[in-house]
Amino acid sequence: MTRLLPHPLISLGILLLWLLLNQTLAPGPALVGVAVALFGGWTLALLDQGRPRLRRPGLMLRLAGQVLLDIAQSNLTVARIILGRRANSSAGFIHIPLALRDPQALAVLAAILTATPGSAWVEYDAEAGWLLLHVLDLDDEEVWIRLVKDRYERPLLEIFA
Amino acid sequence: MTPEAAALPWIVVVPVCLLLLIGAGLTLVGAFGLLRLNSFYARVHAPTLGTSYGMGCILLASMLFFSALGTRLVIHEIAIGAFVILTTPVTLMLVARAAMHRDRLEGQRGVPQAARPD
Repeated sequence: MTRLLPHPLISLGILLLWLLLNQTLAPGPALVGVAVALFGGWTLALLDQGRPRLRRPGLMLRLAGQVLLDIAQSNLTVARIILGRRANSSAGFIHIPLALRDPQALAVLAAILTATPGSAWVEYDAEAGWLLLHVLDLDDEEVWIRLVKDRYERPLLEIFA
Repeated sequence: MTPEAAALPWIVVVPVCLLLLIGAGLTLVGAFGLLRLNSFYARVHAPTLGTSYGMGCILLASMLFFSALGTRLVIHEIAIGAFVILTTPVTLMLVARAAMHRDRLEGQRGVPQAARPD
């Protein structure tokens, strides 16, 4: 199991993506897909990042839903800022202390924050756990820090526990 | 418009048009933001309109339209979405870090010297 399929979920994902791209379930392409999926799993195992232990699937779904909502809302906010009269008034950097240390959890947090219009991950200090974030509407620093820590970091800490 | 597309019922056509307009509108606003915003770091935020819900709406419209046209489920747009979601943050971060590195070397003001506060 572990030898042949070191990362079963990743391999399954690759296989599904392959079938989706080929738009067929015919045995030929499916067999090639299985080979690609196996190779993908082995390559990842060679990189030796360790397998993340994910917990609380319910919380994962809730976080995903929350992120979708937040991205929709910040789409509107950023569109309003761009089209508004004071487009360049309040952009700035903030420093946020993070308790999250797991590299894969940090990658997820970075993807969430950067995919959201209005906030961009700029730099992370791995030693002290400081994150440098650039935000487009920096009216209240405290609100942004609370948002990142309470809304995203806390569930990620529980999921990647 | 092809005759097949013209024959689609309004219950498909209306959402497809709305989704296309919203998606294209968001992407346009994002592109406009590149012109309008004045600092490099602020401009990084603008294209994410197009890569988040701009892309999402257009892909959803495409799935609806071609599923209705072919009367079978067309969902390989999900793969496009997955690739864009996975690659955009990496690109944006790379670009922002490169700009930060250059600004620090040149001693620009208003740029933090480290992720740790001074």
